[in-house]
Amino acid sequence: MATLPLVAHCRHDAVMAWRGNTPVSVRQFLGEVEHVASQLPPGRHVLNLCGDRYHFTVALAACVVSGRVSLLPSTHTPEMVRQMQRIAPDVFCIVDQDAGADLPTFRYPESMPVVANPAIPEIDCAQVVAQVFTSGSTGVPVPHVKRWGSLVRNVRAEAQRLGIGADHAILGTVPPQHMYGLESTVLMPLQSGAALHAGRPFYPADICATLASLPRPRMLVTTPYHLRGLLAEQATLPAADQLLSATAPLSQDLAREAESRFGAPLHEIYGCTETGQLASRRTAAGLEWHTLADIQLRREGPTLWAEGGHIDSPTGLSDVIELTGDGPLSTTFLLHGRHADLVNIAGKRTSLACLNHQLNAIPGVQDGVFVLPREDSADRIGRLTALVVAPGLTPAELIQALRERIDPVFLPRPLLFVEALPRNATGKLPGQITQDLLAILQAQARMPA
Amino acid sequence: MPDTSPELQDEVASLIVSTLNLDVSPEEIQPDASLYGEGLGLDSIDILEVALVVSKRFGFQLRADNADNVSIFSSLASLTRHIAANREK
Repeated sequence: MATLPLVAHCRHDAVMAWRGNTPVSVRQFLGEVEHVASQLPPGRHVLNLCGDRYHFTVALAACVVSGRVSLLPSTHTPEMVRQMQRIAPDVFCIVDQDAGADLPTFRYPESMPVVANPAIPEIDCAQVVAQVFTSGSTGVPVPHVKRWGSLVRNVRAEAQRLGIGADHAILGTVPPQHMYGLESTVLMPLQSGAALHAGRPFYPADICATLASLPRPRMLVTTPYHLRGLLAEQATLPAADQLLSATAPLSQDLAREAESRFGAPLHEIYGCTETGQLASRRTAAGLEWHTLADIQLRREGPTLWAEGGHIDSPTGLSDVIELTGDGPLSTTFLLHGRHADLVNIAGKRTSLACLNHQLNAIPGVQDGVFVLPREDSADRIGRLTALVVAPGLTPAELIQALRERIDPVFLPRPLLFVEALPRNATGKLPGQITQDLLAILQAQARMPA
Repeated sequence: MPDTSPELQDEVASLIVSTLNLDVSPEEIQPDASLYGEGLGLDSIDILEVALVVSKRFGFQLRADNADNVSIFSSLASLTRHIAANREK
């Protein structure tokens, strides 16, 4: 049985996390993992809702060492929590604050016994440690299995590409409950011997103060929208040694400004739920993506496959990709767009099919469709619009029903009521006609009554 | 005593509506209703947008202990009080 260790740190007194200005040693971490693992209720499936990144990491590791599977849905709305319970009836949640979910709940312990010299656990590479869910077109989330070996090889390749090692401290502005945050702010520190910061600062001034409090070399893991806020609001930025951005494309202008003002290289990372991380680029230097260690892309007829490296078996990609190497195999490419149905707003992902399904499942809705923002320039966040036929519902009732079902970032703004949708003879909604109708309605809304 | 006049509250309401292109008029925002979640429905993206505009207009930067601590934005009245107590211009 092939195994890989829970952490790559070489010494028990190495720092594996910062909580405020207090370092946490590998010894303390391993002891707390052992303790939490011994206290968990019997269910095998877990929704880890801890807000503190260190608590999240201890809880995740406790699940890994006890053979439990962490569920990572795209959102935590009441409807999604019910879906998780349908898929895994034994699911319970782990919380470290008052906000939780309507599930059996395990509260993160406030104090823990000290363990003298806990062993570093070895984990079976084939063990399923997580299930990541994407939005299915029928409203039922689709699970993607994540095995320990593949996850570890993935984040070790990431650390190698970015030059992250045992002396780095890593601060994230993204939550650990989604793939990007899980990989880059939790698993990469664990598997490179680096230290993670427990916080998740929000306002630009807080991000700067927290970053400045960390020893160097230090890295900021963030998104285009946090970067834009930082560059716009802060007159001076603390020095950094590595910047990482993902979830939405970053413009070269913003990348160059960030590099010059933080004094650090900025890399973007590209991946998808099915494969994990695939490639990176230093955006200021060029738009071409370079695959992570040993990963290749292969064009075969209409399908583009990703294979090698941490990818267990060749996986088809649905994004619009142009290979830039010679021949059918390539380690470099340009990304021209995401799969047309995919909706990504501020790192939250869903599909138009899923949103339309949820809208039309609301009692009283006769017909309805979500429309993507027409202009979606890099660095700006576009919002969705929805057209709906629901004569018996008020806008407030409909928004409240949607709030139960979809993540708030996807709520339509605006939501427009119409008498009928311009469907053609086959029942389809031609994109141009929908956009024209939208433009007319929005123009009317701006005119005085 | 910081200035929490109705004029400041109206100005903050207008700022929110214009920054976010909301479908409501500033007068429709209830001073004590929640700005995020079930109230006006703002999310963290909106809050960051408004924070940037507040910082530019009133000359100070918003701070919080962590990402979940957005209590300044619990209502129009609380945001107005926070601005009144911290504004530099």
